This record gives sequence, C-alpha cells and structure tokens, in this order.
Amino acid sequence: MIPVSFDYVEATSVEHALALFAEHDDAKFLAGGHSLVPMMKLRLVSSAVLIDIARIAELSYIEDRGDHVAVGALTRHREVEGSALLAEHLGLLAHVAGHVGDPQVRNRGTLGGSLVHGDPAADLPAAALALGASMVITGAAGTRVVPAAEFFVNFLETAVGDGELLTEVRFPKRTGDGWAYQKFNRRAMDYAIVAVAVQLGQNPGIALVNMGSTPHLATAASAALAAGSPTSVIADAVVEGTEAWNDANATREYREHLARVLTVRALAQAGYTS
Amino acid sequence: MSTVPVSVTVNGEPRTHEVEPRVLLVHYLRDVLRLTGTHVGCDTSNCGACTVILDGAAVKSCTVLAVQARGCEITTIEGLAAPGEPFSAVQQGFHQEHGLQCGYCTPGMIMACTALLSENPDPTEHEIRHALEGNLCRCTGYQMIVNSVRWAAEHPDGVVPESSDAVSSAPSMQGAGS
Repeated sequence: MIPVSFDYVEATSVEHALALFAEHDDAKFLAGGHSLVPMMKLRLVSSAVLIDIARIAELSYIEDRGDHVAVGALTRHREVEGSALLAEHLGLLAHVAGHVGDPQVRNRGTLGGSLVHGDPAADLPAAALALGASMVITGAAGTRVVPAAEFFVNFLETAVGDGELLTEVRFPKRTGDGWAYQKFNRRAMDYAIVAVAVQLGQNPGIALVNMGSTPHLATAASAALAAGSPTSVIADAVVEGTEAWNDANATREYREHLARVLTVRALAQAGYTS
Repeated sequence: MSTVPVSVTVNGEPRTHEVEPRVLLVHYLRDVLRLTGTHVGCDTSNCGACTVILDGAAVKSCTVLAVQARGCEITTIEGLAAPGEPFSAVQQGFHQEHGLQCGYCTPGMIMACTALLSENPDPTEHEIRHALEGNLCRCTGYQMIVNSVRWAAEHPDGVVPESSDAVSSAPSMQGAGS
C-alpha cells in the first residue's frame, strides 16, 4: 500500500513549522508518523504537503517544573516509558506509554502525535484525561492552554486547529498516589477493545478507551471516586455518558460490561479501598 | 512528481538516491537497494516482518518513509553477517534452536531480537516475549524463538560449542531470502 503523492518539507523550529503551514495549501504536520503514515497508506488520508516536524529538538524533553512535569510533544513513547522522573511522579503515564502498540511503534511514535490524532482506541489520551493534563497549543496568534477534558472534541478531532501545533503537555505530579491501567485486548500489540485508566489521590480521575467517538473522561465515576464511594457504585457509574459502538470485536453491551469489570480491577490494583 | 535527496548509511555503506517522498523505507531497501532480506508481511504496522534497526532502535520499515530516515544508520538482516562470514549470535541462535519454520517472519524477528540484546544482553523469558510483541510468527508458537534468543544471550560471540555439528557460516549469497 502506497500513499498518494505529496510534497515533503522539513521544519527546523516551531516558528518555521507554522510559517511553512501558512505557505502551503492542504498541508499536514508529520511527527513520528505512526498514525498518519498507516492512514495515508490506506488512502483514508491524503495531503498535498507533509511538513516534517520530527526533528525539532526543542519539542523533545521531559522536565520537572515543581508541581508538574512538562513533556515536549515530540517526546517518543519509548522515552516516556523509560523516564525515571515520570516513574517517580507519574507512574500511570510511564506505564501507559509502555503499552502503546509494540516496541517498534514506541520507538517512533510521539506523545503529542498520539494525543493530536484523538483516536478513542488509543492508550495515551486516557492517561492524559485521568491525570488532568493540560495541553499547550501554539499557533500564529500565540500559545493557549487547554485542559485535557476539553481537548478531545470529536472522532479524530481535537482542540488543535488548522495551523496550530500541540507543543507541550503538562501533567500535575501524582507522587505516591495509586494508579492502574487495565487494558483488554486479544494480541499484545492490539488496540484495546476497552481499557480503563485510574488515578487516585487529589483530583482523582477515571478515563476510558474505546467507549465512544472520543477518548472518554468518566466524570460521574471520577466524582464518585473523589467522594470515596464504594467500588461497586463507581463501577456502575463508569458507563454513564459513554456511547460505545458495536464492531467485530464486541457489542456495546459487552464493552459496557468490560468497562465495569476493568474498573473494579483497576481500582483494586491501584489500592483503592472503600 | 517531486523527489527529495535521501542519504542514508545502510549496513555500513553510504547510499544516496533521489526518492519520491511517499516511498516507504521498506520499498527503498527492497526495490532501490535490492536488499530483499527485509520482508513485507502485513503492510499495516502489525506483523514486524519488515523490522530493521534505525539508529540503534528496531522500527517497522513499512511505517517509516524513506525521507524520514535520511542521515540515519540502518542495519538490515544482510548487515548481520557478510557472505561467507560467521553468523551473528542471534542468527546462530535461530539455527541452533530451530527458531523458524517457514522463515518469512525470521528477518524481522532476528532484527527485533538483535535490538533487544544490544540493550539488554541477558533478558528473561518474559522480557523476550515483551520485546517481541510487535513480531508475529504463525509457525513456531514462539517458544523456539524465545529459546533462540536465550541461546544468543548465552553465546554472545555466536560460537557453537565443539560438540555441535552445525553449519556456522552465512550462505554465500546476498540476503537471507526474497
């Protein structure tokens, strides 16, 4: 499978990338390429120009900023997975990054690329939602910060507009708080049929993978968790507001059942006792 | 049709070509450089048959554009042992422990295992299986592949102990298959 022809330009900085986007009609940004290239090969997506941003070194970092850790959008999953700083303060994020695809995918894919793709079946958006991350979006007009809860707008659509780049993701530290990620799939490398991310502590969060058209923050269940409700109450609340679909892997009812069961398991694994 | 210059180092040899931006790395390796040991399996980033080592990291070359690799060092299955030279430890491990049947997934398996051992020279069975999540084999059931990696870990120089009656050098033809 071969993509439709396109022109290729390389950006050397964020400003350069934004300027290149303004210069070209029908352009797309290319980061690790592990969502975009497969879709272009299937000809689900085509673009006249690809602007390669993968080598913008200023967007690849993991930095301790006191109350939060800032991760550059072009940081590869492999680096997130292996970061000692994240393992100490944001175990959920490091763990989830280690369960994206397979090692080859994690060697190329980037945190920002995965989030901007906005796939409801992807792992990292759920981690960002459960952790209450903030997305830093840069465009010609400057920089704005969008909470993860408002970032995922529709199927494969995020708050990042045309000519904007997600440049950084800020994760409030969760040092010492329990967390868990329960992913149900058939083969190790597969997308989740359903997955549940749980973060305990102050501002606890529960987020779901593949339970609707966007990555889903389970607000009712998160509120029940914050209120210290029994596990069974939280698990019952977890499917509120979801719109899971039927496909070859599972029916909606089965996905809802999975979401409840995985929530119970995740809460137990995270050390929640109530 | 626009092209861009791509310079890469493949198996230690500098190569430069004008390529269309849409050319995938696996097609550049197979069709332009004629290094057909790297296989196209699923062509959907799943099976890992196209795995090569790009600047030290295993990647699926069906999901990397050739232009994305410019300036990089690439190792393919052909780069592990020159014709007539001894097999690498991982190649010898697959030979000793019968880590293949039909052989289609083998080049990708060997490259993924080679990347694993360069980072973790003494992996546990669990670590081997985790590292091979991105490589599918429909013949072996994986156990023989895991054994092959363990053999390579235990024989890092790839030398077969005297009592074995193994073929210990690469065939005198380019590549491991087509």
